[in-house]
Amino acid sequence: MISEMMEKLWANGILQLGVWETIYMTLLSTLFSYAIGLPLGLILAVTSDDGIHPIPWLNRILGILVNVFRSMPFIILMVAMLPVAKAVVGTSLGNQAMIVTLVIAAAPYVARMVESSIREVNAGVIEAAQAMGSTSLQIVWKVLIPEAKPSLITGAVISMVTILGYSAMAGTIGGGGLGQIAITYGYQRSNDDIIWICILLIIVIVQIIQEIGTGLAQRTDRRIKK
Amino acid sequence: MIEIKHLNKSFRTSGEPIVALQDINLTIEDGEIFGIIGLSGAGKSTLVRCINLLERPDSGEVILDGKNLMALSKKELLKTRQSIGMIFQGFHLLEQRTLLKNVCYPLEIAGTDKRAARERAAGLLEMVGLGNRLDAYPSQLSGGQKQRVAIARALATSPRYLLCDEATSALDPNTTQSILSLLKEINRTMGVTIIVITHEMSVIDRICDRVAVLDKSHVAEIGKVSEVFTSPQSDIARELILPKALSASLSQRRLRLVFDGESSDKPIISNLVLECQAPVNIMFADTRVIDGAVYGQMVISLPEDERMDEKIIAWLGANQINYIEEVQS
Repeated sequence: MISEMMEKLWANGILQLGVWETIYMTLLSTLFSYAIGLPLGLILAVTSDDGIHPIPWLNRILGILVNVFRSMPFIILMVAMLPVAKAVVGTSLGNQAMIVTLVIAAAPYVARMVESSIREVNAGVIEAAQAMGSTSLQIVWKVLIPEAKPSLITGAVISMVTILGYSAMAGTIGGGGLGQIAITYGYQRSNDDIIWICILLIIVIVQIIQEIGTGLAQRTDRRIKK
Repeated sequence: MIEIKHLNKSFRTSGEPIVALQDINLTIEDGEIFGIIGLSGAGKSTLVRCINLLERPDSGEVILDGKNLMALSKKELLKTRQSIGMIFQGFHLLEQRTLLKNVCYPLEIAGTDKRAARERAAGLLEMVGLGNRLDAYPSQLSGGQKQRVAIARALATSPRYLLCDEATSALDPNTTQSILSLLKEINRTMGVTIIVITHEMSVIDRICDRVAVLDKSHVAEIGKVSEVFTSPQSDIARELILPKALSASLSQRRLRLVFDGESSDKPIISNLVLECQAPVNIMFADTRVIDGAVYGQMVISLPEDERMDEKIIAWLGANQINYIEEVQS
């Protein structure tokens, strides 16, 4: 049965806003996470001992840094990073503040995803590029990124779904979106149907992201015989 | 001309350093097809990588047309690598690029104008017989076709040298044939000096002019292919030409007969058996054509009869048949 609260949320557009906020937070956080994580992951892969340009000290420092952020549970990291959010966007509440904490949490994760995609590129292809006189930078642009592209896209889909999950958690501390609706209107006021409708909406969003992402990864992959 | 002088290379792993190459000295002349043969682990792949410094030797010199590559700056080295093409056992094409774009890659690196690069790449793909597949992707090709693309790619910058690292080892015999013919044709028509790394003697005798036999990080012997084939000086060369008979009983003596271009068309074994009245057992036999002449090798085991054996050996001597006694190991 649909509760009165649910009707009210729908009529006032709160539910619709929640969907929009969740999508908005997820997309922007993913974008910014990649702005930091993509170069970071490339540097991690390229400077490792078996990379095309080993720089052991840099690799170690970045590796440790990434691990520190990766090992903190998100719910704790989120609270700890609120002052940073306040410094960056002027508030510790709402979507924008949450995007800052989400990016801090997700960028190291993205870096590891990117690193593993880049490491998958056939070492022989890299050697061939070196034999043809390519510089390290040319190998990054013309070999590593294009050859890893399908894997990078698949990784981005996984990252985006993870960030969506994080964004729902951010609802508990006033981050907005479907997470906050589920907590404040559903859990705290004992409206089970609101919790379930939020879950359902999140599932639908995840499905859409996954479908689009998988399709994109397959379409760009030239290794698949057609 | 490529000169390799006193080249040493070892790899450092967790434990003891592993010696890959020890005091290698080679000169590869312009326009020849030079083979480097050896068993797995002999160091041949490391050696070919030392020619374009994909592996940096610990000591020694690699001199290419009078230029010592070890002394070049990073930038000069990258430039020099553009004049040395290389193909591999695993082809190593860019899987996400079309064939045309694959062949364009080295031209992009060299900074060639885009349109000129496309024209050159299309021409090369035409030459290797894939002119109608420009927009195909490597995954749509067979192994032999992939190697043809790799050859076109290696030739894009008009290199004077082409390094082939086990280029036919992943291919079936027929495809190997056609790739080898293509390499020979490239050598003849374009004057590209080709260095062939292989573990198969058949690759060497089919296209090479000279060969270096590598064994346990050393050059065991080096010479014209016909000479190495007719009078191999090292155990490893004999073994690569014709494997030792493993199953023969230890008490029987074995001889390796070498037929040069003249004796190979005479019925030597028939004559030997008829004239000596001796039953010989043929363990291995093989003939091949090198520069138009037929060469053969055969391992026979002699009867367990000292007097009979002496008779056979005397007969071989009298008929001027080259032979080497196989040493049991």
